[in-house]
Amino acid sequence: MSESRLNNEQQEFQEFCRRWLIENRPEPTKTPLPQAAYEVVDEDHRIYLCDWQAKCYEAELIATDLPKEYGGHGHTGLQQIASAEVRRAKVPYFINWIGLGMTVPTLLAHGSEEQKKTFLPPIFTAEHIWCQGFSEPGAGSDLASLQTSAEKQGDLWVINGSKVWTSLGHFAQWMLLLARNDKQNKYGGITYFLAPMDHPGITVNPIHKMTGESGFNEVFLDQVEIGDHLRVDEIGAGWKVAMSTLTNERGAGVGVGAVAGESPKLVMQQVIDLAKGTIRNGQSVWDDPIWRDRLIKMYERTEAAIQNARRSKVKALNGGAMRIPLQGKVTGSEISQELHHLALGVLGLKSSLYTRDENAADDGKWALGYMNTYTGTISGGSSEIQRNILGERILGMPKTK
Amino acid sequence: MSQPKDFGFSEDISMLKETFARFLTDKKPINMLRPSLEGTEDPYHGSIRTGFYDEETWQQMVELGWHAVAVPEDNGGIGMGLVAAVALAEEIGQFALSTPLSATLQACFLLREIKSSAADQLLTDIAAGESAGLAIHGEQGSLETDSTDVTFADGTLTGTAWYVTDAQKLDHFIVAAASDNGVGLFRVASNQPGVSLHPDRIVDLTRDQAHLVFHQARAETLCEPGKGEHCLQAALPALLTLAAADIAGAAEWQLQTTAEYAKVRQQFDRPIGFFQAVKHPIVDMMIQTDETRSLVYNAACAFDYDKEDALRCAHLAKSNASDTASLSSQRSTQLHGGIGFTWEADIQIYHKRQIHSQFLFGDGTWQRKKLAELI
Repeated sequence: MSESRLNNEQQEFQEFCRRWLIENRPEPTKTPLPQAAYEVVDEDHRIYLCDWQAKCYEAELIATDLPKEYGGHGHTGLQQIASAEVRRAKVPYFINWIGLGMTVPTLLAHGSEEQKKTFLPPIFTAEHIWCQGFSEPGAGSDLASLQTSAEKQGDLWVINGSKVWTSLGHFAQWMLLLARNDKQNKYGGITYFLAPMDHPGITVNPIHKMTGESGFNEVFLDQVEIGDHLRVDEIGAGWKVAMSTLTNERGAGVGVGAVAGESPKLVMQQVIDLAKGTIRNGQSVWDDPIWRDRLIKMYERTEAAIQNARRSKVKALNGGAMRIPLQGKVTGSEISQELHHLALGVLGLKSSLYTRDENAADDGKWALGYMNTYTGTISGGSSEIQRNILGERILGMPKTK
Repeated sequence: MSQPKDFGFSEDISMLKETFARFLTDKKPINMLRPSLEGTEDPYHGSIRTGFYDEETWQQMVELGWHAVAVPEDNGGIGMGLVAAVALAEEIGQFALSTPLSATLQACFLLREIKSSAADQLLTDIAAGESAGLAIHGEQGSLETDSTDVTFADGTLTGTAWYVTDAQKLDHFIVAAASDNGVGLFRVASNQPGVSLHPDRIVDLTRDQAHLVFHQARAETLCEPGKGEHCLQAALPALLTLAAADIAGAAEWQLQTTAEYAKVRQQFDRPIGFFQAVKHPIVDMMIQTDETRSLVYNAACAFDYDKEDALRCAHLAKSNASDTASLSSQRSTQLHGGIGFTWEADIQIYHKRQIHSQFLFGDGTWQRKKLAELI
């Protein structure tokens, strides 16, 4: 962020953020935190991360620009500074990334006054962890084919069905739930609910990933009763509301607090350093011109991602408001995947050593990280679905479906 | 030094770009180019093409001051920087314009680095409407300036300058030549004694190219022998960025044209853009074009505001652009099917311009090799 363009208030706040993040950086956890917030399973990690998020909220780094009646701090033009500083400081991530990144913007756009006042404040403090109940075993890329049913019985809705790939489901108090109120109407027969996870009809079972980690779950909903006040927007408006949630999940939304993590630029530098420090056949991998060309090709793409983000805010150069933001998810996740894949190649046979092996490079994080990049290219609308969206919404080609 | 967030793309530059684009939209440069291509399509028997450009259009551009955008105000120009020049270059690419403007912009950025009275004089002449271009390559087409095949002695040039872009359109050349004291830069006029121009038969229909043969051609010293490489190196970021901007503009045309075609061309009872085997490769053209555009604006802004980082940013831009030129061209022809393979389709004109541009001032592999030395 160019410092010359900030006003006085912004500059002061930036200085405050920097100071605060240095002075309040938490001690490391006893066992290392997983690489990303969606893989947290240990109870002591949960407590640690909830405390950290609450502290950041108190310091006004979260919900900085939101109105006070919703638990915000009521500032203007300061959130982007707080988010940038949080990312820069490389502090632990915010555990409630679904609440912050999806529930908040969705309720701000579609929630009732009552819902905003009730649900937003505990999201900021991490008192309420949220999970997302969208995907089902039979509804992945074709999300609108979901079958979990919502039947109106008096003032209540009765929900039956199952959800899958539910990150944080084992900790969550609340779920963003899509359910079908009308079997005859594919897109217009879906309704959006806020579902309490402590209901006795809800069962959460962990799913183990190819990495060996857990972190996401399958969730069964059996005769779960939900009050009508927990419905978001109109009956049958669920698809529209879900699209607004997904726009935020895919990085094109406004944001209310950075979900800290390693930037591609930082990871790129680590891979270059890895190549400089890895000696094979008497020379460093970096000194092999073929490897260097491949690495610099990636360096180029990480730089391009940064410049894309910068250009997306320059109206005269961005080619339309959504053209660059809608590319963010597919390019970000594919760059990350290829970058990790390159790191494995740099390491050669050494990349076979996994996290618990004492000889593994960087504690095995490259193999672990590489496998986890498939979360990025599959979840939240796979890269293939993203390309459909880009081809249809930006380039105007006919809808594939 | 730090760059402004908005790439230095001011209101003035935005207006300049829009006006220029509107001008070219009215002119339809490709339609003007077409008649000059009559009878030249046979690669085995075809005649040498003349370096087509529309004289009247160029004169109008000169009257509107676009030729002097990068000439300093002291020399009678408009005194804008690379961000403005790149805005023009992008439109030149978008419209596949045959013009002396590209070469003249390059010449301006080289002359600005020389800082001699002779260089100032040529800038002044450019401001007055004369065109100029670079003659800096040896036969191998290497960018390294000690590869020049021209020598300078006793005030005259002898030897051959190769791959001179748009040579038939230009009034003056800036020639890199070796002497006992190293490489210098020299001015010759296209029509003076001792300078003979030999047009090359090239693939690109929108440019012309020639090798210039010098026989004791009297030359004016712009930059003393021994200092030429330094000046070329200082101007290199601008040359790379201008070339990359041209590619970015042409790639955007290829993208939009291919997407449009996919909406109207029907097969299997549907527009072919319905099929993901067509849709997704077009989206990849967009993703890559956007990367290039962002890196181009960044490189232009770095040159104007953050010189220390300019070379790195320029190599990034041209590296990415070179690969975009290749991908967009390949996809645009392939996805147009048989019609894209014909002489009649404008797709071929852009395809050929892009493969020429890909290798101007070094392709992606060369840029990345240079980049590795900087990071």
